[in-house]
Amino acid sequence: MKNHLKSLRAERGWSQQDLGDRLHISRQSVNAIETGKYDPSLPLAFRIAALFGAKIEEIFEAGV
Amino acid sequence: MSRSPAIVRYLRRLAGFMLVYMILIFATGYVFRHMPPEKPLAYLVAVLPALPILGVFWTIFRLLVEETDEYMRMMFVRQSLFATAFCLTIMTMWEFLQNYEVVPAGHGGFGAAFFWFIGLGIGAIWNRITGTDGPCA
Repeated sequence: MKNHLKSLRAERGWSQQDLGDRLHISRQSVNAIETGKYDPSLPLAFRIAALFGAKIEEIFEAGV
Repeated sequence: MSRSPAIVRYLRRLAGFMLVYMILIFATGYVFRHMPPEKPLAYLVAVLPALPILGVFWTIFRLLVEETDEYMRMMFVRQSLFATAFCLTIMTMWEFLQNYEVVPAGHGGFGAAFFWFIGLGIGAIWNRITGTDGPCA
């Protein structure tokens, strides 16, 4: 699944660790999600969307 | 990297059970060498060193329950499954080698738990290699 997490994070000047701290997850988890190696659960996706003040579908999009 | 509370608890429990294991393995060996107990007490004394190993299994499974980071939890589950598959593979092959008397009976002190922990170590390395730099399926 593609996502815009990296660009959203960069806009705010946050490191992966900063984002992980805000979401209460590890830096490795942030990296795995950003690189598309791991798709977050729906609850975590909602937390990510709430943090960025966006809808889930504005951050994540179905990939091939 | 900061450790999650679940990892901190895991490490503390692991250290505790390993300390108890070290004490019991030497104590039990001493008892059987110098004052071997009669059955049925011998059964009880002989399995004492196994109890902290069961504690280590419990510790690992508690980590899977208590870790709130879903990605890390998935990696730990994957590591545990790898260990289980590794252990079952070794023990199954060994069993058939013994059945056809290609290798001698007995296991020379290397039981299922030993190979499960070896598998857990290899699983950790595999996670490190593939976790964020390679395919994760």
